Amino acid sequence: MKSGRQEKLPILSSGDVVLARQKVRQWATEMKFTLVDQTKLVTAASELARNALEHGKGGHMVIEQVENSTKNGLKLVFEDQGPGIADIEAALRDGFTTGGGMGLGLGGSKRLVNDFQIHSEPGKGTRVTVVRWK
Amino acid sequence: MERIPILRMGQFLLVTIQVDMHDRLAVQLQDDLTEKISEWSSRGVLIDISTLEIVDSFIGRMLANIAAMARVMDAETVVVGMQPAVAITLVELGMSLSGVRTALNVETGMELLYELRGDFHSEISE
Repeated sequence: MKSGRQEKLPILSSGDVVLARQKVRQWATEMKFTLVDQTKLVTAASELARNALEHGKGGHMVIEQVENSTKNGLKLVFEDQGPGIADIEAALRDGFTTGGGMGLGLGGSKRLVNDFQIHSEPGKGTRVTVVRWK
Repeated sequence: MERIPILRMGQFLLVTIQVDMHDRLAVQLQDDLTEKISEWSSRGVLIDISTLEIVDSFIGRMLANIAAMARVMDAETVVVGMQPAVAITLVELGMSLSGVRTALNVETGMELLYELRGDFHSEISE
């Protein structure tokens, strides 16, 4: 996977979640993703940014244009220094929640992207990497 | 403080969400709506989301909460105007909004509200 331009945004308030959504929308539009693909990626970004804020006590998002041998894609990395996730498998299950949400954030956003990776260390933080290919 | 306006039309309340809502604004709308239903004894709420470009699990939950709270206060809620791409994404995300009544646009949404509140239909059409 080759990397192109990238940008880093802080996620420290619910206003930042809105800005992250808008940034992802802007890049996905520029890259001419279909409207449905744009909507899926922006929605996934919204879920993951909120997770970083609510559960990770804030962090940042890196947005990056990527390409492999056949296609272009948009990669998003969400990183926080929060408490981390002890049981990732459980956290990915629909309905799993430690907050007041519906527990659709992680499992749901995984369904909205093509590649999904999560790395978490209890006490250190969580990094979620997603890619949507065109 | 930033707020989403709530319009009163007879027995009903109309809300058009036209901004990219941050979470606090969504919670504020929930509170404001229940207050207005009580204040004006409203029998129905119509929420137009046609300009919303995404509905994530948070906004979805807010819509479901509003419908549930309104129901407890004897008011019906109809959500109208969801864009096709938003509907596709919402279902894939895992939310079917099963407790929320929906209509394609404001006109059919209002018809649905009058239908649900049959007692007011004659009053309006006469």
